[in-house]
Amino acid sequence: MNFIKLIWEYRGFILGNVKREFQSKYRNSLLGVTWSVLNPLSMIIVYTVIFSQVMRAKLPGVDSQYAYSIYICSGILTWGLYADIILRSQNMFLDNANLIKKINFPKICLPVTVLGGALVNFSIIFSIFTVFLIVSGDFPGLPYLSLIPVIIIMMILAIGLGIIVGVMNVFFRDVGQFFGIVLQFWFWLTPIIYPSSILPESLRPMINYNPMASIVDACQKVLVNGIYPDWMALLYPACLGLILCVIGLNLFRKHIGEMVDEL
Amino acid sequence: MGSIIVNDLKKEYKSYSSKWGRLRDWWGISKDKNYKVKSILQDINFTILAGESVGIIGVNGAGKSTLLKLITGTTQPTSGEIKVDGRVAALLELGIGFHPDFTGRQNVYMAGQLLGYSSTEIDSLLPGIEAFAEIGEYIEQPLRMYSSGMQARLAFAVATATRPDILIVDEALSVGDVYFQAKCYSRIAEYKKQGMTLLLVSHAVMDISKQCDRAIFLKAGRIYSDGPSREVVNMYMDDLFGKKKVQNKNGKVQQLNLTAENLYHTRPGYLKEEHRWGQGGAKIIDFLTVSNGIEYPTVINTNDKLDVYVKILFEKDFEHISPGILIKSLEGVFIYGSNSYLSTKGKILPSAQAGQVAVYKFSFNLSLNEGTYLLSLGLSAGDPTQTTDPIDRRYDSILLKVTNHSHMWGLVDMQAEFMQVEEFFG
Repeated sequence: MNFIKLIWEYRGFILGNVKREFQSKYRNSLLGVTWSVLNPLSMIIVYTVIFSQVMRAKLPGVDSQYAYSIYICSGILTWGLYADIILRSQNMFLDNANLIKKINFPKICLPVTVLGGALVNFSIIFSIFTVFLIVSGDFPGLPYLSLIPVIIIMMILAIGLGIIVGVMNVFFRDVGQFFGIVLQFWFWLTPIIYPSSILPESLRPMINYNPMASIVDACQKVLVNGIYPDWMALLYPACLGLILCVIGLNLFRKHIGEMVDEL
Repeated sequence: MGSIIVNDLKKEYKSYSSKWGRLRDWWGISKDKNYKVKSILQDINFTILAGESVGIIGVNGAGKSTLLKLITGTTQPTSGEIKVDGRVAALLELGIGFHPDFTGRQNVYMAGQLLGYSSTEIDSLLPGIEAFAEIGEYIEQPLRMYSSGMQARLAFAVATATRPDILIVDEALSVGDVYFQAKCYSRIAEYKKQGMTLLLVSHAVMDISKQCDRAIFLKAGRIYSDGPSREVVNMYMDDLFGKKKVQNKNGKVQQLNLTAENLYHTRPGYLKEEHRWGQGGAKIIDFLTVSNGIEYPTVINTNDKLDVYVKILFEKDFEHISPGILIKSLEGVFIYGSNSYLSTKGKILPSAQAGQVAVYKFSFNLSLNEGTYLLSLGLSAGDPTQTTDPIDRRYDSILLKVTNHSHMWGLVDMQAEFMQVEEFFG
């Protein structure tokens, strides 16, 4: 509860930080913010052209011409937010070492800033994707709103893990390197590029241990099939996320003092 | 609001021999300690009341900055407690919270947000901050274009935009020019009047004795002394410049004992708060001031001649000795100092034998403005062209009161002449 009060008191700093981070990214470019639109747009176009026009890939059971590219985009965009949060929080203490060492401010602002920053980027990308869905006539309608709780669950999972990795990375830089590899494997172990139906029958139960699988699956269900996600399947990532957050915050509280000395 | 209570404070760093050791320690795998403890601060106890101005002095590595970081809460103590009451604004190092790629104004917002202001509050404070920092158009420039002095200006302007309960300044003003320093100190003085507590770290001990009533001298992570700033600054200076010399063979600082024939402390104008030190071998046992034929004058007129007699009892043989004097303002500013060697341009090099009592005299015109001054007398031994040993030094031991019948400004009467002339180079 203490954390929430601190975050509220320092909301100005957090919002300012998110804004500054966004600004600094395009500070010395001519097109500025346009780049944050062009990048995801090009990705969507590439996947659409390659998979629906060139490869004529079709998802089993879905008729739409763009089904496979929507399938890929919905997976990659959600995974992108997930990886973005983890990678940012991995370095959040190191990047802000100067601030942490010299100024007393609630360090809990840093993970919140990370969430904010990642969410801003995701919103831009996802809005473009949504526009694409509307234009191509694949907009799912009301189930679209059910993405909000799904994304929130994923963010809880990501930041819980992110804080743990971020704290450990201050003391052992190996953790950051190691997690880059972990994320690689994790990406390919999650049905994002391929549908889970192509997995052999024996492996399919294993996929349930991957919390990201049910989250990505929920997004794909909403965006590709236009149906509501399987809420029961999301219980596992939600609980895991909360547990990781508790562990992360405890780790954070325990080592925050030592962290300042180590940076 | 504004008090700081530090209780039995201790700060240690763990220094791990290897990363693997730390890993074992983290997961509690090994029972032995995998680290060495490096002690930075220990047995720190003090209470600073609201409205006090306290200087913290000590050599590099004495733990000053760590102490300030602990007070601001940036780092946590290993044990002990710190109670800080009120809003703290800290200028710990140059350019805190400042991002080089953003403009001055954007940085003001960031620094302000870090201090806990909301954006609208900063909006209203901004004109005042810009006016105080006086960096003009530069406020729109990225911070990397700034000189270090300009960054200090901006940092100070933001930190003191509103009156904090406690202001902590760590060397941050030393990069500013004299004009800006004066401006900062006048703002500090104004806030002090309103009850702000000031904590100042500076290697410019003049600033400490001028700005602070009290000083804490940190030495090797402990409080070496804590008291009126003038005294503590003196101890610090001695420690800095006379450390090796003051120690005798036992390695202990030898305190000079007063003897029966010592009349120094009975004389008018003597200050019992004097700071006396030296390695011994001779004692300054008496002094006499004469002006206008009056002995121990209570008040001396500006520009009158003053004779200062010093009587010394030698307990050892000395090949070379040099008695010296020093006049300071009450704020601790060194106004004038000299010794026998300097005053005679090396023409007189006195020596002394054990048991001898000798009297020396300094004569000069006291060209000081009206006010109260501190006179120090001292004796050094050794070749004055080399480093000398302090034998007996009686710092701030005599009070001089000066009165001026004509008006002038400042400390020293330079007796300017004025005339109208025909040409520039007459």
